[in-house]
Amino acid sequence: MPGPMNGPRGAGRQGGKPKDVKGTIIRLFQYLEKDKPLLAVVFLCVILNTGASLAGSYMLRPIINTFIAPTDGNGDVRGLAFALVLMAVVYLVGVAASYAQARIMIQVSQKALMSLRNDLFCKMQRMPVRFFDTNSNGDLMSRYTNDVDAIGEMLNNTMVQLFAGVIQIIGTVALMIYTNIWLTLITVVLTPLMIRAGGFVASRSRKYYHAQQEAIGKLNGYVEETVSGQKVVKVFNHEDAAIEDFKELNYDLRDKQIHAQFFGGIMGPVMGNLSQVNYSLTAAIGGIFCVLRGFDVGGLTIFVNYSRQFSRPINEISMQVNTIFSALAGAERVFAIMDLETEPDYAVKEPNDPKMLISKWDHVRGEVVLSHVTFGYQPEKVILKDISLYAKKGQKIAFVGSTGAGKTTITNLINRFYEIQEGTITIDGTDIRNIQKDELRKNIALVLQDTHLFTGTVMENIRYGRLDATDEEVVQAAKTADADYFIRRLSHGYDTVLEGDGSNLSQGQRQLLNIARAALSKAPILILDEATSSVDTRTELQIQKGMDALMKDRTTFVIAHRLSTVRNADAIMVLEHGEIIERGTHEQLLAQKGRYYQLYTGLTELD
Amino acid sequence: MKRYIKYARPYVRYFILGPICMILEVLGEIALPYLMSVIINRGVANHDIRTIVLLGCGMIGIACIMAGGGIGGAYFASHASISFGADLRLDLFQKVQKFSFQNIDTFSTGSLVTRLTNDITQVQNIIMMIMRTCLRAPGMLIGALVMAFAMNAGLAVIILTVIPLLALAIFALMRVAFPRFEVMQKKIDRLNSGIQETLVNIRVIKSFVRGDYEEEKFKNLNEDLCQSSIYAVKIAICSMPVMMLAMNITTIAVVWFGGNMIIAGDMPVGDLTAFTTYIVQILMSLMMLAMVFLNSSRALASIKRINEVLDTSIDLTDERAAYPDKLVTKGQIEFQNVSFRYYKDTKEWVLQGINLTILPGQTVGIIGPTGCGKTSLVSLIPRLYDTDEGAVLVDGIDVREYSLRHLRDGVGMVLQKNVLFSGDIMENLRWGDPEASDEEVYAAAASAQADAFVRSFPLQYGTELGQGGSNVSGGQKQRLCIARALLKKPKILILDDSTSAVDTATEAKIREAFQTTLKQTTKIIIAQRIASVMEADQIFVMEAGKIVGCGKHEELMRTCREYREIYDSQMNQEVTA
Repeated sequence: MPGPMNGPRGAGRQGGKPKDVKGTIIRLFQYLEKDKPLLAVVFLCVILNTGASLAGSYMLRPIINTFIAPTDGNGDVRGLAFALVLMAVVYLVGVAASYAQARIMIQVSQKALMSLRNDLFCKMQRMPVRFFDTNSNGDLMSRYTNDVDAIGEMLNNTMVQLFAGVIQIIGTVALMIYTNIWLTLITVVLTPLMIRAGGFVASRSRKYYHAQQEAIGKLNGYVEETVSGQKVVKVFNHEDAAIEDFKELNYDLRDKQIHAQFFGGIMGPVMGNLSQVNYSLTAAIGGIFCVLRGFDVGGLTIFVNYSRQFSRPINEISMQVNTIFSALAGAERVFAIMDLETEPDYAVKEPNDPKMLISKWDHVRGEVVLSHVTFGYQPEKVILKDISLYAKKGQKIAFVGSTGAGKTTITNLINRFYEIQEGTITIDGTDIRNIQKDELRKNIALVLQDTHLFTGTVMENIRYGRLDATDEEVVQAAKTADADYFIRRLSHGYDTVLEGDGSNLSQGQRQLLNIARAALSKAPILILDEATSSVDTRTELQIQKGMDALMKDRTTFVIAHRLSTVRNADAIMVLEHGEIIERGTHEQLLAQKGRYYQLYTGLTELD
Repeated sequence: MKRYIKYARPYVRYFILGPICMILEVLGEIALPYLMSVIINRGVANHDIRTIVLLGCGMIGIACIMAGGGIGGAYFASHASISFGADLRLDLFQKVQKFSFQNIDTFSTGSLVTRLTNDITQVQNIIMMIMRTCLRAPGMLIGALVMAFAMNAGLAVIILTVIPLLALAIFALMRVAFPRFEVMQKKIDRLNSGIQETLVNIRVIKSFVRGDYEEEKFKNLNEDLCQSSIYAVKIAICSMPVMMLAMNITTIAVVWFGGNMIIAGDMPVGDLTAFTTYIVQILMSLMMLAMVFLNSSRALASIKRINEVLDTSIDLTDERAAYPDKLVTKGQIEFQNVSFRYYKDTKEWVLQGINLTILPGQTVGIIGPTGCGKTSLVSLIPRLYDTDEGAVLVDGIDVREYSLRHLRDGVGMVLQKNVLFSGDIMENLRWGDPEASDEEVYAAAASAQADAFVRSFPLQYGTELGQGGSNVSGGQKQRLCIARALLKKPKILILDDSTSAVDTATEAKIREAFQTTLKQTTKIIIAQRIASVMEADQIFVMEAGKIVGCGKHEELMRTCREYREIYDSQMNQEVTA
């Protein structure tokens, strides 16, 4: 049951008014374009169905007047039988059309939704990392769930119902006028009244509905936060306080919800009973007509039925309005993403020389040079200032510094997750902006601190590093990362299915899997961003050999919190406030007795 | 089901008045076609305009009463269902607050949130729907049938035969459709978790250039969902044509038999008019009932999920508390042959045969590789989990014999996965002690080396922390969490790897502050870095759920191979930035 009767679905999602109704509708209909012939059939079916039900009910009049209760007094059983057979045929056509219409529409709308979701997903895959960093996952998810659902609701039901409703109204009015123009006037006079009343209730219900959605949003936020921190709540004996806070939000929601649901709920009775008034008036006045002006009883019978039915399509259409609005608002949010600019293959604004661009990039040595790189996530807030460094093939470069010093940012730039604002980064002498982004990234293996995995087996998760790797190669990579031992102890070894989150692997074990994944890749450049932060120092020492093997012949950038991890780097860069304040080998830096020395001896904290 | 009566009880009058209003509406709906037939049979047939006008006015009056009934019904239904739901939600939330750690581990946060929000809404919707249709639909059905029988029993039999056939058909349809919808729901969940996964892993996908691979995966899931949606919905949509068919057949049969009766002079014409209206009403109410059933299946799933929470037995209670009024006063800890595992059905123990004693005021370090059971060990002290074998004693009394509140008041614990809540810094710190004066808060913050950086913020202690404390750095967050625990003034303070993001210099200052301000407090420190525990009175070295070494630093260096290995792995560089 669409419309205000519908309960709240998500936090404050609905109710947004679409901005460009026409444009959005046209765009949405493009998804139905290729099914145009089928849609034509659907509309034909709707006309048949509606027509059949109108005709069927109209046929009662001649049946009563001519065969059952003719004015001359003698009924005609044979005629009645014929008329009823005809009526049955009409009804059958209607039923068949009704089924066909629904069946085809399901096919059409589900296919349209599928391609809409596909387009949205493919578009998202092509968005730059910045897009994912600036939009919350929950918000992006809701485009697939709430928004696409709202569109689905509209495609499944609303379109057809709207069309059927309009035909029904036109047909009913036409038949009413044909039957008795004066009685029709009653309905014509009452209709604006009904629409007025409906509009009043609808506007109230919208207002309270909005308040309800807001309260739901607040309550959800509170529940989410409290339940995520439930263990802390318990450790601090804070349960009662949490319950008090919750009570307040809960009762606030209750009060708003009662209003919203009340006004949503009286829509039906108000409209329905106004049409009962219409019915009663028509019955009385129609009866008088019969007496005074010889209006036929059959005519009166069908007329009162029409006047009862009349409110139904109006009611339905008014109910659909909300669905349409939320579907259009949803469609706008979906299209808003589709209109965003995708990640460019090359970062050069105007390729002055197309020959400069590299679309296929093999045999990379891995010589990385950053010269005078300046970057900020927002142009006015500089994170990295004038960074220059030169990493020879196979060298290990480490970045050290406090949170927010810009260590991770550097790695975001080398694989072009973000584009730099000033300066250049070159690999093997080629500006990375001239290298097709996929080709560039294929040559850089990345291991992140973040321990999310994909749903699938351990084998599949490691193989993500190189899809054509054999099982033996995967096992070899796991051995390199010292993960083989614990994997074999899992219930199904390499075939153990991991859930994306909350599986029985520890953070450290997940990090080892990530390292194995990188070990499988043959990329000549390797970035380790806090890759072993959750692995304890002893295990880290154990995997040191594997890590050395992993880094051998690869140009490696290491970001680590623990200084022990970076000690044997060829060069260590100490970052503070986005600048390299010291650089050199471990021994050189210690001898310098500067910041690194202080850090190392625990004398200071970088800020 | 029984438990839900409790939630309905305070709103009994709404639950009664609502349906009564609905009955008014139903009575009207049944009376109107009857009055209509009287208009035709008496008024029109006898050319009696007075009767027609009178009856007409009566009908309008009835219609107005019906409107009142409808509005009243909506009023009571919304009050009853929403209030019911709100109380249920409160109870559910309270139940979650009673959850033990073990209970929390079995539900994911997301699923608990859904249960508290969407599932409750589902229940509210179904109650409202039932209240608005449970009397209305059957009432209309019965009323219309009675009227039909009263008018003409022979014709009414036709309707009576169609109803069970129709009900059977609808039932059969639902039987087929339900499992298909369940499959569809699973496909939806799979698609959504697939999307979720690509969102959190976007950097991995991009860096391994697996966009096309993910698109392929998604397309398969999507296609799958599309197929199973069509497969499910194509059954459900049959209900409408079936309904229409039943209505049409009945109408034709009634007109045929009724027509013959009228021709034979056994029935007035007006009755046929009323009859056709009753047919529509009866079948409409059947349709409404079917709708309720259809929706109630969704609500049933929600009720099941709510029940799962309500039925969860809290495995950690005060029931065995022999000394419910006892407070922790000294801070002595003893483990007697403690073994522990998280799930009863797993073979491997997380902790096995642990014996240890910690004296009041001591500083104790626990060190060992990830997954060796350090966190599990300390979790047993504030009784976040219960031991499977052996006992944990605080001040010589089994922790199970304290009331949980008093025990946990005495034990401050800074969790490894710690969170701050939205609100300002002051509010967050006062979690430790709601009555703490500003000075006490400043002092605790100073001990945790948090005072200085908090004062560097423009709003100082009034600084709003974003959700989860997103606008302070990792090290700052940890220091705030420590300050929060200090405000509890616990007898036992446990720091579970809670200074990992704090630099060594600051960490040393925190430890120093502890020595002066927390002299009487027993301090247990779990750490990765040897330096964090080196000065402790006692260090426990753990490995695979067992204690493999115990003593002071120098002692362990001599006697404990594992300890030496850890030390060697950190050598002279137990320093972090």
